[in-house]
Amino acid sequence: MPIFEVGSDPGANFGELLKRVGLSPFGSVSVDHELVIPHATTCVAMRCKDGVVMAGDRRATSGNLISHRSMEKVVQADEFSGVAIAGAAGPAMEMIKLFQLQLEHYEKVEGQTLSLEGKANQLSSFVRSNLPAAMQGLVVVPIFAGFDFHTDSGRLWDYDVTGGRYEEKDFVATGSGMLHASTVMRISWRRELSTDDAVKLCARALWEASDADSATGGPDSMRGIYPVIASITKQGWSSVTDETSAKIYSDIAIEVGAR
Amino acid sequence: MNTPYYVPPEQFMKDRADFARKGIARGRALVALQYDSGIALVSENPSSTLHKISEIYDRIAFAGVGKYNEFDQLRVAGVRSADIKGYQFSRQDVDARSLTNQYAQILSQVFSEAPKPMEVELLVAEIGIDKSADRLFHVMYDGTVLDEHDFSVLGGDSQAVTDRLKISHVADTSLKIVLQNAIAALSGAETKLKYADLEIAVLERNGRRRCFRRIDESEIEAIIG
Repeated sequence: MPIFEVGSDPGANFGELLKRVGLSPFGSVSVDHELVIPHATTCVAMRCKDGVVMAGDRRATSGNLISHRSMEKVVQADEFSGVAIAGAAGPAMEMIKLFQLQLEHYEKVEGQTLSLEGKANQLSSFVRSNLPAAMQGLVVVPIFAGFDFHTDSGRLWDYDVTGGRYEEKDFVATGSGMLHASTVMRISWRRELSTDDAVKLCARALWEASDADSATGGPDSMRGIYPVIASITKQGWSSVTDETSAKIYSDIAIEVGAR
Repeated sequence: MNTPYYVPPEQFMKDRADFARKGIARGRALVALQYDSGIALVSENPSSTLHKISEIYDRIAFAGVGKYNEFDQLRVAGVRSADIKGYQFSRQDVDARSLTNQYAQILSQVFSEAPKPMEVELLVAEIGIDKSADRLFHVMYDGTVLDEHDFSVLGGDSQAVTDRLKISHVADTSLKIVLQNAIAALSGAETKLKYADLEIAVLERNGRRRCFRRIDESEIEAIIG
């Protein structure tokens, strides 16, 4: 059982604890040839009246091949926050796993949850620790969103490879299809959007991104695979069911077909 | 050079055990009871922030009585051990038995080697898929482990509380009955504990990943009425 001397105790920091016991996943990797990395692709997040909505496509690619059709790039971090990841799949998934553990670990050790800003800041330091790997091409850039009880509103942040953290007031998109997705959101986003309308707008943004970007997966009704869409409000995290997504996308298909 | 006084090992152990027992007996008792859909942990604790009962992992809770700083240090070590194991292997691999053994090792080592034994008693509770897989491991100040069933009593005055619970405990009953029994057993015949002075938490089979939940004063009233 890990017990530490007073003064060298890692406190509620799980990443630091892993370092002390020699299990830290971060560190530089040496790459002597160009790696083919599956890239996670388009993720979006937007604020709405009651909180935030996040969404991400399901496709992972290796070069020009589709390596995975049902990746989940939008993941619940804890009850009131979520992360969306674009970048190298391996380090991205490891980062999400560690981030989820960090939030839960802090909550258990300290007896209370971190503030939303504290969580965003913590993720910042994770992205920064990944910088040596990012320099070798294993870039991970997340979006973090959640409900903040201090301000009684949804908040969202995006990051750069150095761990830079930028709070967005309206909406944000990341990944190779971000341009197309942001254009859709830029045109239709309103501050007073209801959660349901924000879900529909996110779905539409991903539709357009997948329509124009080969590395972004669209809705796959044949296999029943739809983008992950989730809302975070005062009531907590809530994922949109596949049935609801299927309905939203069939409506979009009908509308687009009738042009 | 002075020759140290010879102390027979029996006397050495007895002195230390008396010291630890005295420290623990100063605190209030804590009980854990199985009910139809989980395990309830109840203790007298006027502080609403310095907890005796806490979450360790998805299905595991920790309770400590005695000296707060000592059992809290053990609680944090338990959270760390469980989180590391779950990270390194799988969440399913974290279990109460392994944690209990680690606690027993630490407590027994401290009991015989450190300047003073720890004045604590611990409970590691785990809920299984069904009632038969529930676990109540009671760890004593010297590292002795008791594998208990139905209910477990820790801390000062534990014999009297145990006697009262032996009479009132009913297997496979609701949370309401179990809480009523626990509060009556902790209170004794003369007084009745106020809800504000109680710390209550449950591990419940709720179909979720994290089964630990605290029950606050207003919810106690809603449950018991």
